Amino acid sequence: MDSTEAIYNGLKDAGVDFIVSVPCVNLSKLLNMIDEDDEIIHIPVTREEEGIGLCAGAYLGGKKTAILMQNSGLGNSINALKSLSELYGFPLIMIMSHRGTEGENICGQVPMGQSTPLILEAMNFNFFKPGTPEGAYEDIRSSCELSEKEGKPVSILLEIKYW
Amino acid sequence: MQRRDAIEKIMNSIDDELVICNIGFPSRELYDIEDRKENFYMIGSMGLASSIGLGLALSQPEKDVVVIDGDGALLMNMGSLVTVKACNPGNLTWIVINNGAYGSTGNQETYAKNLDLKEIADSVGIKSHNFTTISLKRLIEDDECHFIEFNCEPGNSEAPIIDLTPEFIKERFMKTIHE
Repeated sequence: MDSTEAIYNGLKDAGVDFIVSVPCVNLSKLLNMIDEDDEIIHIPVTREEEGIGLCAGAYLGGKKTAILMQNSGLGNSINALKSLSELYGFPLIMIMSHRGTEGENICGQVPMGQSTPLILEAMNFNFFKPGTPEGAYEDIRSSCELSEKEGKPVSILLEIKYW
Repeated sequence: MQRRDAIEKIMNSIDDELVICNIGFPSRELYDIEDRKENFYMIGSMGLASSIGLGLALSQPEKDVVVIDGDGALLMNMGSLVTVKACNPGNLTWIVINNGAYGSTGNQETYAKNLDLKEIADSVGIKSHNFTTISLKRLIEDDECHFIEFNCEPGNSEAPIIDLTPEFIKERFMKTIHE
């Protein structure tokens, strides 16, 4: 099980069947796998906040939902995560490529990368930081249960060294 | 004609369709005109009514979904136009009431006052109409995705604040879909 397969298998075994995405280079192989899976509805969106809305509608329609994005997308969707997802109690798995972490070679990623865990803490949202594929698989399964129990988004932060 | 009159006209064509309604006075007025279990009142997240409607339409292809949106909200989430076009769900009808104003915050003018939203949606490739020229029921019932601009004057009615909890709105709406 490589780093990408672990995430794919975790999402599949958790029953996730509706995924929205804004791409990251580290997620490109995962995005291809999801595209080829007929059991998953995959909708690329123009901006992460829009994706939070789509996931809310899909949950109302009976789907298990996830968003795939860079951590920059967290900044683009804070209000929706609070005043839509948390307000109504919509579960959501947020698979985030956590840029700006150890090994980052683009300086523009660093400020948001450093603040990402602090923002999640301030939002009172739980998150996991798996270091291995096995850990990621387990954390995704746990995050689905936790998200449904809490009625709030739960994040998986995948730092550069994870890949 | 103001927004409340527009919503009344829209609701004349609604039977068991799922309705997602924009934040603020649009939801308050809909609640006052006709509260129903098939209504989802969006209490936060301005701009996302069309995105919620799209996610719902894709997940429930056998049900008709109607979004009641506003011009200010559309300006806040213009990207939704291209995502809706790319997905093109035949069970989605997206109505934008264009009163050229941010109604719930004091009727400040929006840039949409001088825009033809129908033409914009049309240019993206969504089948688009003015409300005055259509039979709403026919568009809802056919198998195509439609965008409808409904032009009216700014102004709010005396509609009260919605005294339902978000959780109640969600649970009632989901029960209706899944029972």
